Amino acid sequence: MASWSTDDLKAALARDLPGVLAAYLPPQLSAPAEPRKKGAQAPVDLLSTQDALIHPHCIADVARYLRDTHSYTLLTNLTAVDYLRDNVIELVYHFARVDGGVLTVKTRVPREAPTLPSLAPTWPGADFQEREAYDLYGVIFQGHQNLRRIYMWDEFEGFPMRKDFPKQGDKYIGEGE
Amino acid sequence: MLKTQELQLNIGPQHPSTHGVFRLIATIDGETVIDLKPVFGYLHRNHEQIAEVSTYIQIMPFTDRLDYFNSMANNFGYALAVEKLAGIEVPQRANYIRVLMAELTRILNHAAAIGFMLNDMGAWQTPLAFGMREREKILDLFEMASGARMMCNYFRFGGIWRDLPPEFLPQLQGLMQGLPTFFDEFERLLKQNEILLGRSVDVGILPKEVAASYSVTGPMLRASGIAYDLRRADGYSVYPELDFDIPVGAVGDVYDRFLVRLAEMRESYRILQQVIERLPETTGGHINPAMASMNKQKSLRPPPGDAYGRVESPKGELGFYLVSDGSDTPYRYKVRAPSFINLTPLGDMCRGHTVADVVVILGSIDIVMGEVDR
Amino acid sequence: MTPLDVDQLELEKQGILLSTVNRFYNWGRRSSIWPMAFGLACCAIEMMATGLSRYDLARFGAEMFRASPRQADLMIVAGTVTKKMAPQVVRLYNQMPEPRYVISMGNCATSGGPFRDGYNVLRGIDLLVPVDVYIPGCPPRPEALLHALMTLQAQIDAQKLGRMRWYGKAEAHDYAVPTFGAQGLEIDGQLIDPVGGLPLLSPLKGPNQGAARTGLIEHPQELRRFPIMDESVMLESPTQAAGIAPEIAANDLKRRNDAEVPRG
Repeated sequence: MASWSTDDLKAALARDLPGVLAAYLPPQLSAPAEPRKKGAQAPVDLLSTQDALIHPHCIADVARYLRDTHSYTLLTNLTAVDYLRDNVIELVYHFARVDGGVLTVKTRVPREAPTLPSLAPTWPGADFQEREAYDLYGVIFQGHQNLRRIYMWDEFEGFPMRKDFPKQGDKYIGEGE
Repeated sequence: MLKTQELQLNIGPQHPSTHGVFRLIATIDGETVIDLKPVFGYLHRNHEQIAEVSTYIQIMPFTDRLDYFNSMANNFGYALAVEKLAGIEVPQRANYIRVLMAELTRILNHAAAIGFMLNDMGAWQTPLAFGMREREKILDLFEMASGARMMCNYFRFGGIWRDLPPEFLPQLQGLMQGLPTFFDEFERLLKQNEILLGRSVDVGILPKEVAASYSVTGPMLRASGIAYDLRRADGYSVYPELDFDIPVGAVGDVYDRFLVRLAEMRESYRILQQVIERLPETTGGHINPAMASMNKQKSLRPPPGDAYGRVESPKGELGFYLVSDGSDTPYRYKVRAPSFINLTPLGDMCRGHTVADVVVILGSIDIVMGEVDR
Repeated sequence: MTPLDVDQLELEKQGILLSTVNRFYNWGRRSSIWPMAFGLACCAIEMMATGLSRYDLARFGAEMFRASPRQADLMIVAGTVTKKMAPQVVRLYNQMPEPRYVISMGNCATSGGPFRDGYNVLRGIDLLVPVDVYIPGCPPRPEALLHALMTLQAQIDAQKLGRMRWYGKAEAHDYAVPTFGAQGLEIDGQLIDPVGGLPLLSPLKGPNQGAARTGLIEHPQELRRFPIMDESVMLESPTQAAGIAPEIAANDLKRRNDAEVPRG
């Protein structure tokens, strides 16, 4: 079987796991209140995506389906992206097959309560990657056995990779003033 | 049965066998390891956050410092990801030079990795000196091409910084003449070595299915018997045109990993031979003309969207996940570091072995903390 | 050649060596500086390359990389010191026996280098322990490390045996080991280096620097000079700090005045 494209994945998910795919409706961007400065860019809708977007509580089902039915055995990459403006944290999963091909699965959780099921119990390869997402973004993976900070020390408070974490340094001078 | 007490043993972060600043908390019963917990973060230097305020080309030198043995391979992965994101073509000659550098890096890395593993087994410094001797020769070539020994920063979006200097190929030929001797020597010294066999056979076995469930990649996965190599699976760059085999282990123990690395060096040598043969006939310059000027590189603004680019680095699958918001800095930049994820099964592999085996198993994973912690 | 040197050469031909205790003792110390095997990041690879056959650190008597700080004279801080690692670095330094020296290898150890703006990166190891020799470079070439070692040897040559702190009655004091707090590194409960912010302390002076100012060193002109950043430095005149070359002191004052101008 050849590796899948994004559309194959969406079609398969809609066929075999109905109700998993989430729809994303781009917000109606109102006209900017003040005229744009010269050279400034139009606001980009960062959340629009072509990839398969699923409901967060379904992630374990989708992962198991991809692994057991379609032999996407490697959970290659798991990462979080913080969309501060849209108040969303997006989790991006990359599944890979041994004979080539990567699938991207995305899911979104609100920034105030970033909670979703963990893949670590069935997929031990997710263990450290989920801990990393917890440490840097504060995403809570339910069912993870050892969800502790991985890079920062245990006493530390705050999630340093979030976009609103305070930053001070030579590179940040002039930003946000 | 004698009743014994469990004991917590702390190894690291400053320890000669932890390959950098890495800490292991082992629970031991006598000499036997019951549980092992790695502790990271001692080299967490916020590469990903700094990247979010750097332009795309400014990140290139930071990728050198991820896995500081293989700066060329890291450059390769990052350049591929950005090219995928921005839709940049790479000319054929640039691709061949990229592959040349990546394969030299693989030889360099495996030579040093085997040396470090033997260090951990107690053969202090001597095998390492053999490996580092070859490394110095390759670094001379890197310096000739890029101007720096370790942190090459040689790749650009759409190609490479500069074409190879005229003295490069003759010196590479000289190196190539010596390499088979080096492989034979290394093999003769180590392959049937009583101590190496005693310390590595049936130590740290990682079965096929377990390895896959841990998302392990690179020589570790191949030693477990899964022929997963992105050069073949993804076929990026010009690898589909090149003829090479993927060495695979049978058992998945430390010895298999050692054998796979030895065999991969020979395969890289084969690839290098083909590349050198074809290099004079390649077409296209060293960089895509549209991206040739430094200003083009500096002001690169990929369209909004995301991309995941990956290469087979000597340690495994090195991936870069980039999110662009249309500006000149990435909105999110994430490195899928092979040695970080290859560390996940460490606890499982060490369980039931002695403390002395832990350092050998760790050495066989071949980690670099710059990449693990980023 | 001075007449004394001529006499000495003549004696050496007869097989008699003349020396001062100082010179003899320093010769012994400078020729057997044992570094600690203490690699942090990229620079550690270059440090290892320096120790191996091509660059051969053994020529300088410094090839004995000791795994234990108790057996080491020199700590080569080779790589980025993160906030998580900083307490361990200071603790290792405290565990080394006097006299102890520190080489800050590479930009990261010196100032944070390219990772200076990282939230978890210490902006220079000299915030926590005194440094004797700095090496610029990212990473420095092995030759640069050899040069740093020779610089350190020159510093050792200049030390006066009878007046060094560690041979006297003065007690060696430990440097404060930071602890992990909720906001960043703390010393005695005081936040000193917040995560995501600028450090709240200034670099330490090296031990030799203090000795130079009090005239305890035989050849102060051979000493490394580095600007004194703290406010308590003794000033000989408004433009000259005591014991520092005038041009450096002037620069230092200038920099301090510049810093008061608000940015932006």
